[in-house]
Amino acid sequence: MAELEARAGGVQRPRPLSPHLSIYRPTLTMMMSIVHRITGAALYAGTLLLAWWLIAAASGPNAYAGVEWFMGSIIGRLILFGYTWALIHHMLGGIRHLVWDTTHGLEPAEREMLTLTTLVGSVALTLILWAIGYLMIGGPR
Amino acid sequence: MSNARHIVTPMRRVRGLGAARSGTGHFWSMRVTSVAAIPLTIALVVIVFALMGRSHAAVVQILGSPIIAVVMLLFILNSAYHMWIGMQEIILDYVHEDNLKFVSLMANTFFTFAVALACAFAILKLAFGV
Repeated sequence: MAELEARAGGVQRPRPLSPHLSIYRPTLTMMMSIVHRITGAALYAGTLLLAWWLIAAASGPNAYAGVEWFMGSIIGRLILFGYTWALIHHMLGGIRHLVWDTTHGLEPAEREMLTLTTLVGSVALTLILWAIGYLMIGGPR
Repeated sequence: MSNARHIVTPMRRVRGLGAARSGTGHFWSMRVTSVAAIPLTIALVVIVFALMGRSHAAVVQILGSPIIAVVMLLFILNSAYHMWIGMQEIILDYVHEDNLKFVSLMANTFFTFAVALACAFAILKLAFGV
């Protein structure tokens, strides 16, 4: 940690450090901040699915059948389910951050409530969307 | 010399480690693209659900129709810019070794442009029916 120490009058004196993330007790807002970043990174990779789907549709019926087969498989459905949740959670988390940008909702009780709402809301919306998908269309094929 | 420059120590300036002086640009772009992403994401979910389980011919026709194609293109371009800046932020936060950092930043740009172009090309091909 040589770079954290400075010479003052010939004596090695440790420089003050600001508290690290690991020092704080985990809070919901902290966890959801991390989840927001993780879902963002997941959606980044997930754009490959969107690109595959669109390229296949533009390529022809055979390529499109391949995508439909994968999306309809157990693994495909799990990935799509995760993608749906990540998309909705990232969107609701983004809305929360936009609200905070206006300096509203930053009181302790308010920010906890907002954060809990995005978490519960994203799970609920994902389940509702998939229920609609299965009831109306029979799910991905 | 402006007042802000005095915050940077001479050593920092020599090493070129002062403020990049463009940080608020990315901050604001992130806000603009996230506001745009709200209606575009809802539109994408509706479009994908409307196309689920349909035949290839129907999917081609719907995705290629002007309004749907424009909304899809807006979603793709907006998302690409949003995730380009977002991933850059993640890389700058976690990758400290110079070589790996520059390779990662470059890879981020390549990936984003490739995915965005692939999606946009597919939509345009469907729309123009070539």
